[in-house]
Amino acid sequence: MKTNLFANHEQALKFRALRNQVLSSNIANADTPNYKARDIDFGSALEKAQGGALSITKTSDLHQSSWNTNRLGAQVKYRVPMQPTLDGNTVETDVEQAAFAENAVQYRATLAFLDGQIRTLRYALKGGD
Amino acid sequence: MSLFKVFDVAGTAMNAQSVRMNVTASNLANAGSVSGDADNVYRARHPVFASFGDTLAEQTGVSGVKLNGVIESNAPLQVHYRPDHPDADEDGNVYVSNVNTIEEMVNMMSASRSYQNNVEMINTTKDLLLQTLSLGR
Repeated sequence: MKTNLFANHEQALKFRALRNQVLSSNIANADTPNYKARDIDFGSALEKAQGGALSITKTSDLHQSSWNTNRLGAQVKYRVPMQPTLDGNTVETDVEQAAFAENAVQYRATLAFLDGQIRTLRYALKGGD
Repeated sequence: MSLFKVFDVAGTAMNAQSVRMNVTASNLANAGSVSGDADNVYRARHPVFASFGDTLAEQTGVSGVKLNGVIESNAPLQVHYRPDHPDADEDGNVYVSNVNTIEEMVNMMSASRSYQNNVEMINTTKDLLLQTLSLGR
């Protein structure tokens, strides 16, 4: 109960925040020549969050845990553009905007789940009402 | 909190777009300006954008926009034969600036749209952050 209280929602929130950052970089660089649009692979982040195959086994307490720069170990990958551009920029603003909106909604959903969990806990602590 | 970085990224982009807007305004204001000396004619200016920040290898995938200077267009100048013009050279020619008004209008619209996109991005992220702050209330 204690360890599973927030399930994977905490990781999910981090993932959504990170993806928000990456997508915002894409939209910000919509007019930058040679900028390549990026996105995070959800599958790899999920695998990592669930302690996937790539995690490091610690044999001593002194060992550092595997720590990637984006903390989630999620892979940032280049997007394959649907239409070529003359300046080498692969940002498709509408695609990015759609992804950004979707990500924001997912972030809100995760927040709602967390909120529900916290409410449940408070309800239990107060003994109802 | 990584969401805060969005403000930095969008801020750099908005700065870059506003420079682009200023340059466009300057170009449009000087469209059609003439001179008798080909070296002194106003030439269209264009900002050069570049991204900076983390590389893909660093896995964060976050980069802002920086301005890599403003370049002058080397499109050919228009030469008009107007011997009555006070600025005409000894051959009676004046040189007209190479600003392409249509191109500049398109640039202006594009800059304005990109700026709006960044503002929207900031608003959405701000909402998300505020919602996160009120978690569990």
